[in-house]
Amino acid sequence: MTTLLRKAYFAICFFIFTLITPMTSPFADDIDAQINALAQGGFSDRAKIISALAETGDARVAPALDALANGLLYIQKLGGKVVIIEKAGSNYKLTDPITLEPLGEEPKGAFNKIKVNNRLRRGVRDALGGLRLRSKNPTDRLAAAEDVFKSRDPAAIPLLDAALKTEQNADVRKVMQQARATAVLFSNKEASAKIDAIDVLTLRSGRDSRSILLRFAKSAEGDLKQAAEKAAVTIEGALAAWATAQNIWYGLSLGSVLLLAAIGLAITFGVMGVINMAHGEMVMLGAYTTHVVQDVISQSFPHMFEVSLLISIPLAFIVAGGVGVAIERGIIRYLYGRPLETLLATWGISLALQQTVRSIFGPTNQEVGTPEFMSGAFEIGQMAITYNRLYILVFAIIVLLTLMLLMKKTAFGLQMRAVTQNRGMAGAMGIRTDWVDAMTFGLGSGIAGIAGVALSQIDNVSPNLGQSYIIDSFMVVVFGGVGNLWGTLVGAMTLGIANKFLEPYAGAVLGKIVVLVFIILFIQKKPRGMFALKGRAVES
Amino acid sequence: MQFSIKSVVAAGALAATMTMSTATWAADTIKVGILHSLSGTMAISETTLKDAMLMLIEEQNKKGGILGKKLEAVVVDPASNWPLFAEKARELISVDKVDVVFGCWTSVSRKSVLPVFEELNSVLFYPVQYEGEESQKNVFYTGASPNQQAIPAVDYLAAEGVERWVLAGTDYVYPRTTNKILEAYLKDKGVAAEDIMINYTPFGHSDWQTIVSDIKKFGSAGKKTAVVSTINGDANVPFYKELGNQGINAEDIPVVAFSVGEEELAGLDTKPLVGHLAAWNYFMSVESPENAEFIKKWQAFTKDEKRVSNDPMEAHYIGFNMWVKAVEIAGTTGADPVIESIIGVSVPNLTGGHSTMMPNHHITKPVLIGEIQGDGQFEIVSSTKGLVPGDAWSDFLPGSKDLISDWRKPMSCGNFNTKTGKCGGQGS
Repeated sequence: MTTLLRKAYFAICFFIFTLITPMTSPFADDIDAQINALAQGGFSDRAKIISALAETGDARVAPALDALANGLLYIQKLGGKVVIIEKAGSNYKLTDPITLEPLGEEPKGAFNKIKVNNRLRRGVRDALGGLRLRSKNPTDRLAAAEDVFKSRDPAAIPLLDAALKTEQNADVRKVMQQARATAVLFSNKEASAKIDAIDVLTLRSGRDSRSILLRFAKSAEGDLKQAAEKAAVTIEGALAAWATAQNIWYGLSLGSVLLLAAIGLAITFGVMGVINMAHGEMVMLGAYTTHVVQDVISQSFPHMFEVSLLISIPLAFIVAGGVGVAIERGIIRYLYGRPLETLLATWGISLALQQTVRSIFGPTNQEVGTPEFMSGAFEIGQMAITYNRLYILVFAIIVLLTLMLLMKKTAFGLQMRAVTQNRGMAGAMGIRTDWVDAMTFGLGSGIAGIAGVALSQIDNVSPNLGQSYIIDSFMVVVFGGVGNLWGTLVGAMTLGIANKFLEPYAGAVLGKIVVLVFIILFIQKKPRGMFALKGRAVES
Repeated sequence: MQFSIKSVVAAGALAATMTMSTATWAADTIKVGILHSLSGTMAISETTLKDAMLMLIEEQNKKGGILGKKLEAVVVDPASNWPLFAEKARELISVDKVDVVFGCWTSVSRKSVLPVFEELNSVLFYPVQYEGEESQKNVFYTGASPNQQAIPAVDYLAAEGVERWVLAGTDYVYPRTTNKILEAYLKDKGVAAEDIMINYTPFGHSDWQTIVSDIKKFGSAGKKTAVVSTINGDANVPFYKELGNQGINAEDIPVVAFSVGEEELAGLDTKPLVGHLAAWNYFMSVESPENAEFIKKWQAFTKDEKRVSNDPMEAHYIGFNMWVKAVEIAGTTGADPVIESIIGVSVPNLTGGHSTMMPNHHITKPVLIGEIQGDGQFEIVSSTKGLVPGDAWSDFLPGSKDLISDWRKPMSCGNFNTKTGKCGGQGS
């Protein structure tokens, strides 16, 4: 079905493009009737109508097909007219699918959606690929060429040749030639042309080329089969090298998540020595703050959505930091020097916080949207790097550096270090030690809150969010060396990369266990972690 | 005496007075136990079911209760702690004297309460899709067994031309058993071993980068590939986010999930996921008068007009109505008469048909396949012509092929071996 549809479409598009003058169809009524008929029957009926529509040869069916694929083609319950809709509150803004004239607004209830499934969407995508090859926008042309590349349709060859004649943009040209190569492989052209095509694909490299070569090898014979298989092996070799780079990137990215989760703990546990089991809940509070901020923004200032995360960062710091200060003043300050009781008390706090959030927001996951600049991925060679992970890595480093600056260069940092190293002496020098305690704990908690903003982008925003990070955070801080921020950085990255290199061999479950065993053994050898602090205060 | 001390300790003097007052009224109400986690990891899914049960009970009371008596809900919180499920079940049955229990979500929690229900001879309705391989006298399975969910989903994808399969799941009993069944089924259908990739991840797994890129790699071998996901609730959000980010779209590598419903999608921006699939026996988007009424009541009950409904809720709806009918037929709430009278009972489901309780304690259900839409709902792209009866023992596993279950007299057996002609082939 889809091939037929595609063939028809390419043939038509080619025809249209060579003539330049768009055809005015004498069958306008016929198209109208067929578009209206799209709403009837099941998916296979619909597929037939789509191919029939394509065969009518009218470029004006493109918007209707596009709307169908995007689920925006609806049928009026009364009258059975098919329209393209745009959501506008409780109404639909209507557009005629052929003339594209606006038809006013009507309430939602009066329409039924015309259903599509993956197969229809794929069919429409392949068919529309040809049309867009001549789009004015180079990005559209590039996307269209990629679509044709995936469709592997011999009928696209003349269309691609025509497009290549006028194409100026080098990137687009390259992809068009590659698309042509895949089409040639599956056409009945002579073997020499196919060998050239295999070379083009080998140069393109990547998983999709390998996939196409293997598919071709299955049906080919003799030399061609060998050449295709050899090319697939060459590509595989190139991919293996990239896979290592990709693994390192994944490791760094996992490490950055661990780092974010652990930095706050490096302050409360590393510097103050408080075993804070409620640390994860501070992360959770940060994530929920992001949710609330986005909620308010989407209701009152929808145009500010892109900066919602930036607004959330200081707010999350204040919320989580405030709760941290309250916990310190209310409970922890009575428990200094009694680690077991601190552990139990903070564990209790963590349960209480979880249940509070559950009562307020409900037990279900809350939606946190991803701003445009953080969605999607880009490629370096054969390596895909997703934007959200990249920003989180950068963000984690910035947070760490800011914190180091704060500790080393400000008066507050000096007081903080003084109090944790020698409380009595610091007090004698006129530092309000209990105030510094509260602020330090608040700082650690606030940074955990900031981590929550970032983690809301990659994990569930649910009351259990914090629990999944608490163990990992302790692991990172202990492994890196208690009280040392550099240690936390190196510890997080080491664990991240180790985990990612183990995962392909051992599986995700066993990988985690192996890492845990490794840390236990490591701690036996170096009880203070990788970067141990030295000095009297630490020894005691 | 011990009972009253316990309540005093547990809930303080106020609760004790309340218990005493209920005790005096006990003769006039029928107690319904609700055993769902309200805290801990599973609270995310189970709290909804508790609310759904409370609504059903309230509705039934508006209709005048059963046998002239009002229903009274007894809610306990097993806190996502599997051994605690057994303790709380015991408390419900022997202390609170409930007549029936609706509850559990994970298979481990069900396995943990089984001996309690057997020992104290009470009735449990279990509303979640599960791995099968079980049929117990005191338990009614209103969720889907593998042949009512997993197998039809695989059939649908195979008809769409999928030749290479990734079976990805969370590492516990349900995904492991389901994947074992699916693997056997696919091999039966002639899929080669190298065209099946099986992958397990821990509960709450959040870093999916490696696995998603493995799937991409597996999908580039020149054959149409699909992912069959038995990934458990919470880990799904990061999984789908990673899929969206790495640009795997449903047109190239579709993912069909068995544990992702409207409730799980509520925490997710679904626009990059349009076209990925789920197989269930009910979707909120089903168009039927029963469903429209149910959703209206549910949203009014929860006072939230955006609240979604999902498949396990429908299972409780069916199970509860079946139990009501069985009690009316039996004329009593006693476990044995109800267990006997419920077989063959048929009640409307929310998809416009009637589900029937079968002798193997599973029910008949339609199987629906839906594609995720941009608004977090599913669009139904395939549904079975009629209802599919739940199969307690899979036909595709060597150990359970010959087993059948029939709780009617004279057989009264959950695992009758047709080869040896004896009851007690395997399992419970």
